[in-house]
Order: sequence, then structure tokens, then C-alpha cells
Amino acid sequence: MGLKIIVLAKQVPDTRNVGKDAMKADGTVNRAALSAIFNPEDLNALEQALRLKDRYKGSEVTILTMGPGRAADIIREGLYRGADKGYLLTDRAFAGSDTLATSYAISCAIKKIKSFDIIVAGRQAIDGDTAQVGPQVAEKLNLPQITYAEHVNFAENGKISVLRRLERGVETVEAPLPCVITVNASAPDCRPRNAKNLMKYKHAKTVTETQDQSEDYIDLTTDRPYLQIEEWSVNDIETDAKWLGLTGSPTKVKKIENVVFQAKESKRISNNEDELEELIVELIENHTIG
Amino acid sequence: MGNVFVICEIEEGKIADVSLELLTKGRSLANDLKCKLEAVVLGHQIKGIEKQVFPFGVDVLHVGEHKELEVYRTLPFTSIIVELFKQEKPDICLLGASTLGRDLGPRVSSALQSGLTADCTSLEIGDHTDKKAGKDYKDLLYQIRPAFGGNIVATIINPDCRPQMATVREGVMKMEVFSEAHKGKIKTIDVEKILKPEDLLVKVLERHMEKSKVNIKNSSIIIAGGYGMGSKEGFDQLYQLAEVLSAEVGASRAAVDAGFADHERQIGQTGVTVRPKLYIACGISGQIQHTAGMEESSMIIAINNDSNAPINKIADYVINGDVNDIVPKLIKLYKKNTK
Ligand SMILES: Cc1cc2nc3c(=O)[nH]c(=O)nc-3n(C[C@H](O)[C@H](O)[C@H](O)COP(=O)(O)OP(=O)(O)OC[C@H]3O[C@@H](n4cnc5c(N)ncnc54)[C@H](O)[C@@H]3O)c2cc1C
Ligand SMILES: Nc1ncnc2c1ncn2[C@@H]1O[C@H](COP(=O)(O)O)[C@@H](O)[C@H]1O
Repeated sequence: MGLKIIVLAKQVPDTRNVGKDAMKADGTVNRAALSAIFNPEDLNALEQALRLKDRYKGSEVTILTMGPGRAADIIREGLYRGADKGYLLTDRAFAGSDTLATSYAISCAIKKIKSFDIIVAGRQAIDGDTAQVGPQVAEKLNLPQITYAEHVNFAENGKISVLRRLERGVETVEAPLPCVITVNASAPDCRPRNAKNLMKYKHAKTVTETQDQSEDYIDLTTDRPYLQIEEWSVNDIETDAKWLGLTGSPTKVKKIENVVFQAKESKRISNNEDELEELIVELIENHTIG
Repeated sequence: MGNVFVICEIEEGKIADVSLELLTKGRSLANDLKCKLEAVVLGHQIKGIEKQVFPFGVDVLHVGEHKELEVYRTLPFTSIIVELFKQEKPDICLLGASTLGRDLGPRVSSALQSGLTADCTSLEIGDHTDKKAGKDYKDLLYQIRPAFGGNIVATIINPDCRPQMATVREGVMKMEVFSEAHKGKIKTIDVEKILKPEDLLVKVLERHMEKSKVNIKNSSIIIAGGYGMGSKEGFDQLYQLAEVLSAEVGASRAAVDAGFADHERQIGQTGVTVRPKLYIACGISGQIQHTAGMEESSMIIAINNDSNAPINKIADYVINGDVNDIVPKLIKLYKKNTK
């Protein structure tokens, strides 16, 4: 019996590679220099979904992402690696969402997708490191959640069994399906793109993206409906505007400060025994060591 | 106005350090707000637990005791906290940014439609004016946290929703007994009445917990190694230096990722925050995510062969050279001068 699996994936700025060129002269980050990537732990999440698909024949993996139009890249990347389809949730109405408003919009989209057994999210997104959206979606859909998942033991007969990685150990839990799991970076890495899938989905596009294309291309998608990435705006899902975007976000950013390295007066010591000994003696005398 | 609440975690009958740290912070916030500090403890066989929390200045302790609460599970804990908060209407709720707090916090905030800020590094009380709406807010919780991979620091507020919820990592706040003699009131939560059968559908089948072996957080001297140590063997000299100085060994993420040291030794934004008397950074470049976890050390010595390494900017002493050469010398010179 196949499983219907929804993977929540987000496109994020690559905050881990804030290299020298990404720093401006004043010591602050040059955000424009950061590339947009598939959130790393969402790739771990995708891998878990694909493993379930390998194991339970007839399963289907759907990527759901909320973001600007270019986040369609995330869906294509998922298709190349083995997902079956994707939905892009995109609208100005979602702009400025905090995790609560994000999880509300995502849960409304999931209600529209309607039929699913497992929702798999990454543990956290590297742009905010909050780890909130997964559990908040679970709560909004009134489903059980299993966070910090590292390995899915099985998902059959209406049950899922998962190994969780906690800060001081591991735990095996069993939950009824449907449920939400959030996957850790300690879970296996995602498989690479598959050459056949790459060929198959190279031209997969959202409606907005196809609009810029030639007639020929539009004919192509009519022939091959799998090339059409579904794109939903706020009007395509049932929502209450008061829980969306900035209005639906209880948390507000009051202030943002760029972190600037502050130089402190430091004493330079060169690598010769006399100078090192002087330092050691000083530390012993002022009781820092010894 | 409601009070300041701290949700406490228990590990083998003991209140977790992170919860005691939050009680300390909670006490000072409650003093600023002139309100009460309340704590919540849920568990099984936790008689006498109040003795552990009252010295931290807790005025009211809510205790939920039930067999089903023996190990933490999302749904029963959420139901109880949500029910309690509907009655008590807290102004502020603090949780550890632990696997428990980060599982429970978002669930509760979603159910109560209140804002939650993860991983705060500082919490303060302050005012806010919303110019657009022409509204003034008094005594909000400023939730200050790094964002964007630690490259910016944001101050987050929840003007309209309550409770204002925040999680904080272990080791970020200081732990301080308020008064050994302080006594608060105990209130019992009627767990039986709140729990529904659906809350108990998820089962924990097995658990293997280990006691943390390293205790870098409480060490007054830390010798930390980075990618510049070159290998696991390179770290051996750090253990030797640590041994003679009665110190602990810490590590940067790059060193942990490379397998030179265990994850529990990682210092920084995604590791522990430390503030020892002396921090010796060996072969660590000093990226912001690392320094976020150690910059409050009283004294910092950087050993690096790059005279422009960022770590040098926050160091009190900069030793320019190869760690493989300098660390053995330090060991030798220390022994010589303490004989
Ligand atoms: C969201 C996020 C969270 C992060 N969290 C953390 C965290 O919690 N903790 C953390 O540490 N990092 C964290 N990082 C990673 C951080 O950005 C850096 O990549 C990391 O701290 C670099 O480690 P390093 O200094 O050991 O390595 P490198 O940057 O590679 O530096 C090695 C240093 O060693 C010096 N060196 C080399 N050989 C020698 C020698 N023989 N003698 C003397 N010096 C030598 C070099 O000059 C260099 O300065 C995080 C990153 C992100 C994006
Ligand atoms: N905009 C989004 N679109 C799809 N999934 C998301 C989005 N934001 C968050 N998620 C999912 O929720 C997880 C946790 O995100 P966060 O709470 O932002 O750390 C991510 O790893 C994703 O799986």
C-alpha cells in the first residue's frame, strides 16, 4: 500500500557560507552576495520521504514550498531527486509572515491537498534557525508530531515508528498516521539528482514561469502535464486574512543590528620562550591559572 | 497583567540547569515588572521538587504529577500547558531551547496564537511605540537573538499577543540562587481532568539517555581547538594542556565537523555558550558563530598563525605562531614555573 507524503521545503539564503566576499567593508553582511539554496535539513527530510517511497510501492512524494516565484527551483530540485510533484504557494499576502503565519498558510494549503499520510519537514531552516514551523503546522492540523527524527523504522498499518535524536540520547516513538515528522541533519544525506529525472523535469515550470515562454513550450506542457508545477495564490486556498502575513504574525522585528567585529586592545606576543614565559608567569601571579 | 512563567524540565529527578538559569532570569524580569515568578513542573514521582525551585525565587509552583507524564511527550504536555495558560494568562513564558522546549514551545504558541522567539541570547523589558497605529506599549519583553546565521542581531517583540514566549539555550543565562530561605506556594494541576485519550496516542517505546560526560560549561578554564589543529591527534596536545591547567577542552564547529572532537564540546551559536575565566583559542579563526558563544570570557588568548585572524580582534593576548609549536611550550613553561 502506497503512502502519500508531503515534504515541506524552503528556499533559504546560504547563511553558512558567509565568506570573506560576503562581508562588506564595514564588517556587515552583504546579503545580495548569498545564494539561494534548498534548506539543508529539508534535503534530509526529502531523503526520508524518498526512502519511504522506495520501500512502499505506489507511494507519492509531493513538495510543498511557500516563497517567492523563484522558489520553484526548490520544487524542480526535488523532482530531479525523485519527488513526484510540487506545489508553490506564492502571494504578496504571505509576505512578512513569522513562523506562526507561515505555518497557518502552509496548513491551509495542506488542507487543500487533503489526502496525505505523512508530512515531513526539516528540523529547522538556516535563515532563522527557529524549528517552529513543523510543530506549528502539526498543531494547526491537529496531528501528532515527531521532531528530531533520524530514522523511520516503518510506516504501515496506520502507524509510524521513528528514532529520534535528542541532545543526550535517542528515543524510539510510535505514532498513529497521519502525522508530522521533522528531520534532523544527523539523518542520512539526500541522494543526488537522478539523470533520468533531470531530463524528464528539466522543463517543469509554474504558470508564471510558462507565461514568459514561447507557444511551443506551452504546447509541451499540454502534452506532458507533469511539467506543470502547481502554483497557488492566496485565492486558491481557504484562509482567513487576519492570520496571514504581517497581520497574522504576533512577533514583530523591533530592531535589527548588523554584527560588526569590534576590535579590542590586544597584546601581541611572539613565539619565543621569553615572551611566552612572561605571559605564563603573569597569569599565574594574577591567579588566572594555577 | 499576568505573571512570568518558566516551564521547567526534569532530568532524573533534578530540575535541568537550563530551567534554573531561566528561573534566575525570570526572577529578574518579574522584579522589573513588579509581578510574580511562577514555575511549571510536569512529571511522575516528583514529590519535593519545590525544594529545588523555591530558592530561585519562585512565588508559585504549578505541579502536574501523573504516570502518563513520566517521560516527555508532546501532546499531553501541550494540553496541560495550554489549559493552564488559558486560566492563568501569563504575560511571559520562558522555556529551554532544548529538544523538549523546541518541541513543546511552538506547539503551545500555535494553540494559543501567541508569538514565540527561539534561541534568545538576551531578554530585557522595554517600551515600544507603533508609529503607524499610533499605539504605545509599556513593558514588553525584548527578545534579542542572532539571526541570519548569526550575522545580525534582532530584537523581537510581541506587542499584542500573550504570553510572550521565548526559548533560551542552556548556558546562555546565568544561574543564581535568589535566597535559600525563599518559599513559594504550590498549586496542583488536575492532570486527570485535562488529559484526553487522543493525547496519549503517541508512545515512547524505548529511550537511551546518556549523562553528558564533558562539562565545559562549568569549567573556569577552557582550551578550545579549531580546524587549525589539523587532526584528532592534534587535539591530544590540547588535552595535555587542559590536564595541567585543570581545564576542559572545547571545539569550534569546523573541528567537530571534521571529527577532531565530539559534538558536546562545540562552543558557539549552535553549541554551548561559555564564559570562563580564561579561554585559550587554538587554531580557531573566530567566525561570529563561534565568538557568539565565548566572547564574554573574562580573558581570551588566541593562538593562530594568521596575524589577521578575526579572533585576534577580541583577544586580550594574541600569540602569533604554529599551535604545534606553542602549545607544548606552554605546557613546559607552566610546569617549570609552578614547581
Ligand atoms: C548557523 C551557523 C551556526 C554555526 N554555529 C557554530 C558554532 O556554534 N560554533 C562554531 O565554532 N562555529 C559555528 N559555525 C561555523 C562558523 O561559521 C565557522 O565556520 C567555524 O567556527 C570555523 O571554525 P574554525 O575557526 O575552527 O575553522 P577555520 O575558519 O578553518 O579556521 C582555522 C584557523 O586555524 C588557523 N590555523 C591553521 N593552522 C594553524 C596552525 N598550525 N597553528 C595555528 N593556527 C592555525 C588558521 O589561520 C585559521 O584562523 C556556524 C555557522 C553557521 C552558519
Ligand atoms: N516557507 C516555507 N515553505 C515550506 N516549508 C517551510 C517554510 N518555512 C519553513 N518550512 C518548513 O519548516 C521547517 C522549519 O522551519 P523554521 O521553523 O523556519 O526553522 C523547515 O525545515 C521546512 O521544512
